[in-house]
Amino acid sequence: MSSTPSLLIENLAFAYPDGNQALYGVNLRIEKGERVALLGPNGAGKTTLVMHMNGIHPTAHGKVEVAGQLVNSSDKESIKVIRSKVGIVFQDPDDQLFMPTVGEDIAFGPYNMGKRGAELDAIVDEALQLVGMSEFKERPPHHLSFGQRRRVAVATVLAMKPEILVLDEPSSNLDPASRRELADILRSLDITMVMVTHDLPYAYELCERAVILSGGVIVADGKTSEILKNDGLLKANRLELPVGFSV
Amino acid sequence: MVHTLPAHPKIIAALLFIFTVVATPITWWFNFLGYFVLIVAVAITAKIPLKTLFTRALIEIPFVFFAILMPFFGKGEVVSVGPFDLYQEGLIAAAGILIKGTLGVLTAITLSTSTTAREMLRGLEKLKLPTLMVQIASFMLRYVNVVNDEMERMKVARESRGFTATGIQHWKVLATAAGALFIRSYERGERVHLAMLSRGYTGVLPHDEPPELSKSIWFTALALPISAITILAISLGINI
Repeated sequence: MSSTPSLLIENLAFAYPDGNQALYGVNLRIEKGERVALLGPNGAGKTTLVMHMNGIHPTAHGKVEVAGQLVNSSDKESIKVIRSKVGIVFQDPDDQLFMPTVGEDIAFGPYNMGKRGAELDAIVDEALQLVGMSEFKERPPHHLSFGQRRRVAVATVLAMKPEILVLDEPSSNLDPASRRELADILRSLDITMVMVTHDLPYAYELCERAVILSGGVIVADGKTSEILKNDGLLKANRLELPVGFSV
Repeated sequence: MVHTLPAHPKIIAALLFIFTVVATPITWWFNFLGYFVLIVAVAITAKIPLKTLFTRALIEIPFVFFAILMPFFGKGEVVSVGPFDLYQEGLIAAAGILIKGTLGVLTAITLSTSTTAREMLRGLEKLKLPTLMVQIASFMLRYVNVVNDEMERMKVARESRGFTATGIQHWKVLATAAGALFIRSYERGERVHLAMLSRGYTGVLPHDEPPELSKSIWFTALALPISAITILAISLGINI
């Protein structure tokens, strides 16, 4: 038995209240410090899976463990701890940044974890520094560019010192420079990372391992370079490398 | 000086002043002159250009519009003003609404011009307005731009496909667009809530505890209503 994995999902199945089944028994084990790309076509259940990682969707069947701790949404205290360990960066930064200023937004998570005063300030400054946005602390989010807002959204989650960083389509809507800047930031972080994306080159650049979720099950799990070389596998799951890109 | 005062004494001062204005019987004309001088003095101290103050006050026009009609309907004593026969009772009532309304609007404008929306919310929170209401208001403040941008984009998208709203026949399209905007905002609300839950939201937003205010700050802020109440008390003495 190796050390405790950052994330362990066993036989996870989930159906929405309207009867639409999204997950049919997902098994996934992610070790500490791994960077994993979660690939899959639209409607594969990627977001549903992410929502299980911090107990937003209660685990109906199977189990989810974060750093050895069971995710149980009926236990309010434990779910609070889980949510501090799993940091989710949502796709639209406007959904994530709801406080009047960047600094206050970053303080939101740690505040909920009970941090106050100088300690809270130090956490906010550190998170801003990690994403290179220190000079924007007092600015309202709607005055920032989209790329800057995405970086602040990453900082809001980093401020909670999570065990796992989960990014939902981190490169979407970014111009090439913002995309590269974000990649540099993500690469510099020493943290377990799950990246939900359709952007295969981005996945190749940042993640050594990739899994494909399709039709509610994991259909492939391996080295990103191996998976991206397998044309048949990609095609079967509606994934395509950009023209001219080869691994 | 008015700008640097903390928000909650200012809110209290504005409310007390408005109460005093409203509590004054309408026939005590000189009192209202006094109140007017007071509020304009505060605006000048706050370095609010009088032009700004009075242009912004025009916002009350739709609200006092019906007051203008009041002298034309009613009963009792009639006074002739030019070609019009006006009822005295209605005239007094209309003047009351107009004067008290204007003073109230001037106070509100002075308050809102000298206080940022952020501070105002903090002030309301300090005054123990239910946190839920403060939170709703602060979210409105944060998202009004986002929703507005979305509305603009929808408008551009409509116009790009050759639609321009010119009359009642287009209301159906506009209503559908408004409905779509509502659904989108509602769904965004749900996503924001998810994002909040993911960061451990339990019902309270972070806020820092400001230090207790000194007596002199309170006194400065309350100078306006205290002067107004003094005027009212003096005229009470005269009229009894």
